[in-house]
Amino acid sequence: MSRTADIQTQNDASPSAPRHDDPIVRFRGVGLRYGRAPEVLCDLTFDLAPGSFHFLSGASGAGKTSLLRLMQLDLQPSRGVISLFGRDVVALRRADLPFVRRRIGVVLHDRRLLNHLDAFDNVALPLRLAGRKLADYAADVTELLAWVGLSDRVAAYPQALSSGEQQRLAIARAVVMRPDLLLADEPTGDVDEAMALRILRLFVELNRLGTTVLIASHDQGLMARSGKPVLRLEDGHLSLEAAP
Amino acid sequence: MSRRPVSGRSRKSATRPAAPRRRAAPLLPPGDAQDAALVFVVAVLCFLACLAVIAALAADRAADGWRGQLTGSATVIVRPTGDETADAAAARAAETLSGVKGVVEAAAQEPAKARALLKPWIGDDSLLDDLPIPRLVTVDLDPRAPATAEAMSQALAAKGVDASVDDHSLWLKDVIRAGVLARAAAAAAAALLACATAAVIIFATSAGLAARADLVSVLHMAGAEDRYVAGLFQARFFVLALMSGLLGAGFAAALAAAARLAGGGEGLTPVLPLAWTDLLALPACPLIAALISALAARITAMRLLRKMA
Repeated sequence: MSRTADIQTQNDASPSAPRHDDPIVRFRGVGLRYGRAPEVLCDLTFDLAPGSFHFLSGASGAGKTSLLRLMQLDLQPSRGVISLFGRDVVALRRADLPFVRRRIGVVLHDRRLLNHLDAFDNVALPLRLAGRKLADYAADVTELLAWVGLSDRVAAYPQALSSGEQQRLAIARAVVMRPDLLLADEPTGDVDEAMALRILRLFVELNRLGTTVLIASHDQGLMARSGKPVLRLEDGHLSLEAAP
Repeated sequence: MSRRPVSGRSRKSATRPAAPRRRAAPLLPPGDAQDAALVFVVAVLCFLACLAVIAALAADRAADGWRGQLTGSATVIVRPTGDETADAAAARAAETLSGVKGVVEAAAQEPAKARALLKPWIGDDSLLDDLPIPRLVTVDLDPRAPATAEAMSQALAAKGVDASVDDHSLWLKDVIRAGVLARAAAAAAAALLACATAAVIIFATSAGLAARADLVSVLHMAGAEDRYVAGLFQARFFVLALMSGLLGAGFAAALAAAARLAGGGEGLTPVLPLAWTDLLALPACPLIAALISALAARITAMRLLRKMA
């Protein structure tokens, strides 16, 4: 794979109000350290354009999960500026965070499904938190479960699902709000190749609908098959590898 | 839709088509053993608070009774002067007092009554024969506008009767003080129990949030506002405290009813006379416990959530 020098954007102007063509994600000189330890992320400067699809790759401990956590507003940068949907995340009030998070779908490696809720209620969770009523979202959730191939597992609890089913359930929950940005951390980490391809197809389909997608993965084969560009993290620095 | 427990669900049963949903599942998992312990503690606290309320009501009623007895009457000690006999002085005092405004009735007591009152203190009957025993006049006062001791003394002095009026004010002050103290003690006990309930709920909320950190993290990730998450814990502890409080209040009501039945009209003791109407105050205790718990849970959850993430 060829490696490009840097992915700094050309236009550094900071508009005061979000525009339609503003990047979904904008990092400028972002650094992150935990406590007094050395920075795990250094001077990250990049944009994710609306509707783009990237993989995020790097060795274990390279900082992929930390980068995703910055984007899902789970961490604050030690320095630099992060904008999501045209808004500076450091300047966001705590009360604003939920409304920004509702525009971000997150699929974590450990899925974080709620074991006391069945598949339907797990998927419906973001809708409930957004104040939607059961009668309004029941059909949407059922349709989405069918979209991820779980139409016969609506009433199943997470413990009763296979790894692949759990992963698809987590994806359904992440996309049920039709997010503008989808972040996935090793979504195919412990599923077989066929299931990994099926999951990838779901992400691609979602991307076609307009969602910006960023997937952290170790799966070189999957990245090669996808034909999508790869952001590579190495020693805390980010570079872009063009699509194969 | 009725739910079976998560554990024990077979994979086969889980694949059955889901029935239409009537309501969304609770976001907080069902209670665990910790909840059972909490139910017990809050029930006991509410039970004790109910007993404090019943004791306060009974003490108040007893104090009211004593106050009514003391303020409804007065005793006048008449000392004969000059050549007037004791009987004549007592009769004149009674007649004078009958005309005072606020006096319903005044009656001179037989000498034997004064002797009977003194006998426990003197002991030997023969000694009383040698003592100048004052005559007593008992006065029934109008409960709505009783005559004052000063008014009665002035009326007696105007008629030249040497007498001392005892309107029981000395004892009345003690009775009133005892009633106030009983009420204050009961209120302090109830306040202390309310604080203990709040402390227990604060501890339980902290423990609950710590135990459900993963759930809270998922809720935040999915776009939950702090007040929504706090509301889940608030609702959980409101219901838990209400149910526990009803349990405690039920036991307290049963105990009070048993005491009332065992003691008859005066209750187990005249010092704490119970009434069936006292039981009407008990439902307020679980409600107050539930409101205190909800408030404590919300404040604690909001404070901890601000520290999280």
